[in-house]
Amino acid sequence: MDMSTSVMISVTLEKLPRRQPATVAGIDWAQLAVPEARRLRELGFDEGVAIEVLHRATLGSGPIACRIGRMTVALRRAVAGAIHVSTP
Amino acid sequence: MTPAPLVALVGNPNSGKSALFNALTGARQKVGNYPGVTVERHAGRMALDDGRPVELLDLPGAYSLEPSSPDERVTRDVITGAQAGERLPDAIIVVVDAANLDNHLRFALQLIALGLPVVVALNMIDLATRDGLTLDPEALARELGVPVVPTVAVRRRGIDDLKQALAGVIGHGTAVRLAAGDGSVTDDIVALQRRARAIALAGTISETPVRRWTHAIDAIALHPVAGLILLTAILFLMFQAVFTWAVVPADAIDAGFADLGNAVRATMPDGVLRSLIADGVIAGVGAVVVFLPQILILFFFILLLEASGYMVRAAFLMDRIMAAVGLSGRAFIPLLSSFACAVPGIMATRSIEDEKDRLTTILIAPLMTCSARLPVYTLIIGTFIPNNPVFGFVRLQGLVMFSLYMMGIVGAFFAALVLRRTVTKGASSGFMMEMPKYQWPRARDVLIGLYQRAWIFLRRAGTIILFSTIILWALLSFPKPPAGSDISEVNYSVAGRIANTITPAFEPIGFNRDITLALIPAMAAREVAVAAIGTVYAIDDPDAPAGQESMIENLRKRWTLPTALAFLMWFVFAPQCISTIAITRRETNGWKWPAFMVGYLFVLAYIASGATYWIASAIGL
Ligand SMILES: Nc1nc2c(ncn2[C@@H]2O[C@H](COP(=O)(O)OP(=O)(O)OP(=O)(O)O)[C@@H](O)[C@H]2O)c(=O)[nH]1
Ligand SMILES: [Mg+2]
Repeated sequence: MDMSTSVMISVTLEKLPRRQPATVAGIDWAQLAVPEARRLRELGFDEGVAIEVLHRATLGSGPIACRIGRMTVALRRAVAGAIHVSTP
Repeated sequence: MTPAPLVALVGNPNSGKSALFNALTGARQKVGNYPGVTVERHAGRMALDDGRPVELLDLPGAYSLEPSSPDERVTRDVITGAQAGERLPDAIIVVVDAANLDNHLRFALQLIALGLPVVVALNMIDLATRDGLTLDPEALARELGVPVVPTVAVRRRGIDDLKQALAGVIGHGTAVRLAAGDGSVTDDIVALQRRARAIALAGTISETPVRRWTHAIDAIALHPVAGLILLTAILFLMFQAVFTWAVVPADAIDAGFADLGNAVRATMPDGVLRSLIADGVIAGVGAVVVFLPQILILFFFILLLEASGYMVRAAFLMDRIMAAVGLSGRAFIPLLSSFACAVPGIMATRSIEDEKDRLTTILIAPLMTCSARLPVYTLIIGTFIPNNPVFGFVRLQGLVMFSLYMMGIVGAFFAALVLRRTVTKGASSGFMMEMPKYQWPRARDVLIGLYQRAWIFLRRAGTIILFSTIILWALLSFPKPPAGSDISEVNYSVAGRIANTITPAFEPIGFNRDITLALIPAMAAREVAVAAIGTVYAIDDPDAPAGQESMIENLRKRWTLPTALAFLMWFVFAPQCISTIAITRRETNGWKWPAFMVGYLFVLAYIASGATYWIASAIGL
């Protein structure tokens, strides 16, 4: 995991407050299964892309719906936990 | 003669490929607002403006050339020429969502790099405009090096331009190949994605921020509490509607068949032929066709859910619960479709990535209450359950119907839980899905969907149901008891004797001879049970007037309430459907899993019916 270059990384998508605009700072690919990582890339998750949490199933540990680029994507919290974001 | 050029529609899921296919060929492929609607290739014919015929392929959507589910594999194989028995396409139409170029252009770049002649359909321009985007197709064409044609597939806008552009590239493959194959396109998804974003930016003239009502709706639809209440309310409304809205048209159909039956009895001379037509064909098939309105109401709701974009929201809400039984929210979409019919539901599992997940979903899909159970449920509930109001507009009959649906769902979850820990054990799979924007369902799509379902249902009634009913009628009618015998005609017949032999096996769970008589032919299709009951009582009680009324009277006379409830429970679980077994065999490549499915479902059915019968008898129902 190469994160030594950035000092802003402090929060993951899982913890990002709802509706707080952010950008993807880095993704911890090693934490993800191979097909999961590929699909994440295919859905456009990449450093520097604008991201925002739209909905979160606050009960228990349901999935998160986030806006990435022009898309809304639903993903599980475990995956969201591997996505580091920085907020302005 | 050289064959017509082969052109394939390719692109991300839900970009409008099937809608374009329909616009280009006049076909009626299923269109729906969620990823994974199309799961196999479909071919159609179209003609270019100069009269040249073209063979067009509609393919499942994919995110890249590296497939992660069985449906995506089909797409990859077809466009790389790896599909057995299929030639390499002569050109491809890459369908992209104009409102989501950042993402869709990445796959477009990969497809262009294949070197086949390409036309890009810049589809859903209307949605891009709704989102405040103004695009520049020429700039996009320059950047991509291929023709780009703006289209609105569902309104047939841009179709002629698309045909023209296609005519331009077919047969001029090399020119395009040179333009695209300049080596700058790599297989690195991240690099491609960055390039796609740059091209999207270059092709966007302006963007005005607008209020997206999709987000406003989602604030409620995806809310952890309100969302689940909404989902339950939608499903409840659906079942309530199925039960109440259909009464008038169903009565009209029933009256029609009753008149027909009475007319046949009045005009034809008494004999075998009259009995075949009145007792077999009209009483049997009529008993099933009466349920057409109900089935259409159910399909109406499911079509609305599919067309609006709500399906993925339901998957999102259900993911937490599905995860608890080892599945993902994604599996909820085929399961919800199985409320209509398990066959397309099982087909739809092809979009599930994980093999074990998919297998589990296939195995539990028959537990979702399909429309073929409606006739059985409605007849028995209508006969034995009083329609008292319970609270508000909710009545007891609707409530019982709803509990039967819930029983199927709970049974399915329970089965998944057990299966995932035993026969389909494996790592838990993830859930990652693109959520489409909401769309207003199009009347035309919904009407076509209803028409197709009505047609399928009537064809079933005219073939498999008619056929099973006639066979049952014959087995029930022969041999005739000798004159003066005090054995009833049914008991003396072949079918009656078979039923009397096996009934002891079902007596512990409260089933009588009439039920075993109905269950055997109902292996072909569930509705046949109703047709069979209609035929049995028409033969047993030849003096009664034709129609549902006398069938209900006979049921009340001969069945107890615990027996009726046990019969309902049987239909919640039992795998009484040849088509489901056949599609399971096809989708799992062998007899092992369908055999397993049939076995475990029969065991469940037997236990559930028995328990219901004994509990109901014990509490004195
Ligand atoms: N507003 C608008 N809606 C469109 C357009 N084209 C398609 N749609 C809708 O978009 C949704 C998806 O269309 P489909 O044709 O099923 O998409 P597909 O690419 O075949 O999807 P998959 O088979 O799942 O890969 C449906 O709800 C269509 O009605 C368009 O140009 N404008
Ligand atoms: Mg399609």
